[in-house]
Amino acid sequence: MINRTPFKIAIASGKGGTGKTTLATNLAACIAEQQEVVLVDLDVEEPNSGLFFEGRLLHSEDNLKMIPQWDESKCTLCGLCPKLCNFHAIIQLGPSILVFPELCHSCYACSELCPAGALPMIPRAIGKLNHFQNGRLHHIESRLNVGEEQAVASIAKSKKYAADKLPYVNVHLYDSPPGTSCPVVEAIKDADFVILVTEPTPFGLHDLTLAVETTHKLEKSFGVVINRDGLGNNEVIRYCQAENIPVLARIPNNRRIAELYSAGRLIYPEFPEIREALKDILDYCLSAERSRP
Amino acid sequence: MKIAFTADGTNWDAMIDPRFGRTAYLVIYNEESDELQGFDNSAVKNEAHGAGTATSQRIFELNPDVLITGNGPGDTAAKALAHMKLKIFTGAQDLTLRQAFEKYKNGELKEF
Repeated sequence: MINRTPFKIAIASGKGGTGKTTLATNLAACIAEQQEVVLVDLDVEEPNSGLFFEGRLLHSEDNLKMIPQWDESKCTLCGLCPKLCNFHAIIQLGPSILVFPELCHSCYACSELCPAGALPMIPRAIGKLNHFQNGRLHHIESRLNVGEEQAVASIAKSKKYAADKLPYVNVHLYDSPPGTSCPVVEAIKDADFVILVTEPTPFGLHDLTLAVETTHKLEKSFGVVINRDGLGNNEVIRYCQAENIPVLARIPNNRRIAELYSAGRLIYPEFPEIREALKDILDYCLSAERSRP
Repeated sequence: MKIAFTADGTNWDAMIDPRFGRTAYLVIYNEESDELQGFDNSAVKNEAHGAGTATSQRIFELNPDVLITGNGPGDTAAKALAHMKLKIFTGAQDLTLRQAFEKYKNGELKEF
């Protein structure tokens, strides 16, 4: 694989609990048997891909977000800042301005527009980024502190850290958060390929269609992996056929897989057919790599 | 004394809205003048973010001595309300304003 920049594969889903982390960790470990790989856990509210690897901690740093800090000595109590803030992160109670850092989206509107310059922006630690290494596998995760709500900045930071520190590693895998909201958009927006993991149930199909819409809007190449195949019904397969969406692999609904996962272990070493499926998935992604402009 | 209620309507027979930030109305009862006045909170109710702090700002402007509500304010709203001289009573969901007021008078509501 000749490369200028890493090929970035985001593993996402509409519905939570469909098997994103199962696929991401197994795919990462499988690739690491042959070559270096980066796995970035972007589910910063609940990062759990680290449970599957015993890595050596190479680096740790605070994730910061910028928030306004009220300077009482400069404030004229003009009342503008609470009106400007779309997120109600600033309120004015008589002679006091209160800032609620968890609600702040770091848009700088209050700080830039304050006529008295009484709201300078200051950094606030909202979590940590950790970089682990296990053989050829680099594992990067950001973890938000409990009570923090703004995932997007930490997601962007994790991707940037991986791109800056490990640009020579050909494949970067992003284990995305579930859903279709801002954190997911941030996680997949600069991926070269998106794998949508789903399960063959009505709920799985419903949320898959939302994830497909999001992925289309972002103009991404993508394919579907069906997990717990054999459960539910055939509606997901029918939907993918009707929409011309490639189904990259089907992982069977199997009690042993669930047991391994809940023990924090990888599944493909015990299942040759899953090892094959992972190779097929990677091959498909690499064909997207070749067609990349 | 001015008593504020979170409510789904603006008269004594309206129900207490169990939510603080996203309450449909804030209703103020002025004991001295025996007046009941309702304030539409739907602008805040439909906000995606920060309903708790926004409703706290309105409470500050209405300046009641007592707030009677249902589930109680969330963590962020509670931080904002802590800056006010205000007693908060919770657990009044499933009651009308009249019933909630009676319970408050009888000391039967839980102070937050």
